[in-house]
Amino acid sequence: METTFTDVLCIGAGLAGERVAIEAASAGFDAICLSIVPARRSHSSAAQGGMQAALGHCAMGDGDGPDVHFVDTVKGSDWGADQEVVRLFVERAPEAVREMAYWGIPWNRVVPGRSTYFKGGKEYEKVEATEKEGFITARDFGGTAKWRTCYTSDGTGHTLLYTMDNKVVQLGVTVHDRVEAIALIHDGETCTGAVARCLKTGKLRTYLAKATVIATGGYGRIYRETTNAVINDGGGAILALDTEVVPLGNPEAIQFHPTGIVPTNILVTEGCRGDGGTLLDVNEERFMHEYEPEKAELASRDVVSRWMTHHIRKGLGVKSPYGDYLWLDIRHLGEKHIKTKLREVEEICNNFLGIDPITQLIPVRPAQHYTMAGVRTNKDGAAYGLKGLFSDGEAACWDMHGLNRLGGNSLAETVVAGKIVGEKIVEFLKGYEVQYNTAVIRSAVTKQQERMKNLISGKNGTEDVYKVRNAMQGELMERVGIFRNGADLQKAVDNLQEIHGRAKKVGLRSNGAGANPELGLTLKIQGMVRLALCTAYAALQRTESRGCHAREDYEARNDRDWWNRTLATWKEGAELPTLDYEPATETVELPPGERGYGVCKIISCDGEVIGEDN
Amino acid sequence: MARRLKFNIFRYNPQDPDSSPHTDTFHLEETESMTLFIALNQIREEQDPSLQFDFCCRAGICGACAMMINGRPGLACHTLTKELPEEITLMPLPIFKLIGDLSVDTGTWFRSMYEKVESWVHTDKEFDPKAEEERMDNALAEEIYELERCIECGCCVAACGTANMRQDFVGAVAMNRIARFIMDPRDERTEREYFEIIGTDEGIFGCMGLLGCEDVCPKHLPLQDQLGILRRKMGWSAVKQLFKFGK
Repeated sequence: METTFTDVLCIGAGLAGERVAIEAASAGFDAICLSIVPARRSHSSAAQGGMQAALGHCAMGDGDGPDVHFVDTVKGSDWGADQEVVRLFVERAPEAVREMAYWGIPWNRVVPGRSTYFKGGKEYEKVEATEKEGFITARDFGGTAKWRTCYTSDGTGHTLLYTMDNKVVQLGVTVHDRVEAIALIHDGETCTGAVARCLKTGKLRTYLAKATVIATGGYGRIYRETTNAVINDGGGAILALDTEVVPLGNPEAIQFHPTGIVPTNILVTEGCRGDGGTLLDVNEERFMHEYEPEKAELASRDVVSRWMTHHIRKGLGVKSPYGDYLWLDIRHLGEKHIKTKLREVEEICNNFLGIDPITQLIPVRPAQHYTMAGVRTNKDGAAYGLKGLFSDGEAACWDMHGLNRLGGNSLAETVVAGKIVGEKIVEFLKGYEVQYNTAVIRSAVTKQQERMKNLISGKNGTEDVYKVRNAMQGELMERVGIFRNGADLQKAVDNLQEIHGRAKKVGLRSNGAGANPELGLTLKIQGMVRLALCTAYAALQRTESRGCHAREDYEARNDRDWWNRTLATWKEGAELPTLDYEPATETVELPPGERGYGVCKIISCDGEVIGEDN
Repeated sequence: MARRLKFNIFRYNPQDPDSSPHTDTFHLEETESMTLFIALNQIREEQDPSLQFDFCCRAGICGACAMMINGRPGLACHTLTKELPEEITLMPLPIFKLIGDLSVDTGTWFRSMYEKVESWVHTDKEFDPKAEEERMDNALAEEIYELERCIECGCCVAACGTANMRQDFVGAVAMNRIARFIMDPRDERTEREYFEIIGTDEGIFGCMGLLGCEDVCPKHLPLQDQLGILRRKMGWSAVKQLFKFGK
């Protein structure tokens, strides 16, 4: 068996993984990134709108700073975030944007003088200062007090990832692409690498490392309707859950983005609304300003997605064979704006919908988008439960997003957390030596070889893996979506347990030779159903509404009983996850209060009930 | 009336000793807004789970799913079946090493390209975390972004006459990358240094000007213009070096 030794093993070569590798390599350590696709195809590349950092150069960002960014992020999280982590993040974000500029990002820049912009369909004027000419500019995004989202047209994730990967090549960091980690090597206390399957040959390999980093992004593909790439199927989260000791933080925290196009669920950026686009109903009338007089279309994503669903339920959606939807209108922004600032949106509309967004409306509805849930780490990015294991980016629950992430804060997190966690890993590695235990390694490898053999021979059963996956996705979509309630969640848990039973009995229909795709999914399906169960079960237990987690039977945010974070682990042989809880934040800079958007009904820490029924 | 589509798909699994290159035929009922992404997944899930192909973002932005679609390189995810005849032939991209069926190894090819053209900003300046960023004209930033939109799908390489004849040709994608860095004032490389990289037959002088690259680029990058500009620049650079004006 091929065995590779390295100081740092990054599982994932998107922005979060590569940024850690760069930090380690710059400090003289060996770093290897594994990626199931060529690095530049990672899902970071699909982030369109931009990256939040409080530079305050543009006119509408005047007076911005880390303090304002801090307040926006904590409110956005509905006070679910760890405030010490948010503080760390907002302070380092401006430097991270500038470092990316130094490495080559063609950020859009301040153009001095008068210009117009749209808000709520109306045109306004602003004047950019001459002395700011050529500095990095920003656009408006939901849930923010200032224009703070730095961007390159609507291909920000793409330019960030290409520039990051250029840096990786410059530093000579090795990327093993088309390699998928399928198990961590650990003894219950220390992680020393991973067993991986080569997706070119199908062969197993081992990687032995002093520090292992899970940076595999989110796992939206456990839902049927998601904006996520097909690779976002939970590989990294499953690695952690399979250890029995590393918990997932807040598995119930799943974000829906307001504007997935219908029917393919491909994302069109929040920048559409940030730049002044509006949402219209079947009568081609705006509605968000009626629900949210202050923020309208630019309330946070959880809030906009809920009002859209509410509006559709009132019968005001547009009917279609794919279900009801609403319209996104960017026509008034004009041809020049769309062709320079919203280029990818224009292409997506042309190619997938056959419509021209300069003259036509775009059919949209909320689709699963982001997992705030992830491998629970401390503020240094070190995973709970295993020494030598780290995580960052969407894969991690660091936890700056709490129960809802703001648009523009995910790209920012990948780069900023990548830098901070990278620095901490470098500190960790200095003077750290590890002993590789051959018995532990052999046992990890043998276990995977056995699994593969049994799946290929059909020893466990002959369940069709695609049918099991479809059943799981349907269950989450129907009962663990934007609005949740006890009865549906209980049913989802029951049904998912039955699906979990089926997942244990999958067997291959094909021969499993080489980089066989059926084997790839079959190796993962049980883990995926467990992730789904963690989501549904944690959602059932959380009897309050906070951020993206909206319970119809518990409408208030309950700071007295639920100002905490769920920690889910899975013991081998168990039918359900074990749930523990920890305080959402030890440091409290901003005590819980009203967000200023969304339904305000709160049970305070003292048990006082604030806000009325809506 | 829904069409019954016939797919002829190239099959070969180099890892399987029992496999030899051949074509398999599959049939599907066409559905509304069907793309090759939908069709191929349906074939894999319902007819042959061993079928290998690559999709990632399925939104036309990651470049994973390029293949030969009825003889022409293109992104499968954004190809609507209604734009194709009833009989659809799918082959893997040429030039790149075959992994299996429709899946090819673009990762290795592109990594070696980045190393060859040194696809990063070359500068002697140090990053100062405390300082404001250097200014840049917004129009220039937008021009750089225009060339930066390349998604490295490999279509331009597959459609290139020279690349199909000589393996060491860097292709339009590399030329476009060089053009992007020449345009960027942060990159301090001299014309001479760029010439060292692409002023050869593996580079700009190997281009026969057939421009299949521009025809098939799914992002509609201005490859023809960039090739023309580079050829002129590098031609002048060669002349200058001949008469020793060059630095």
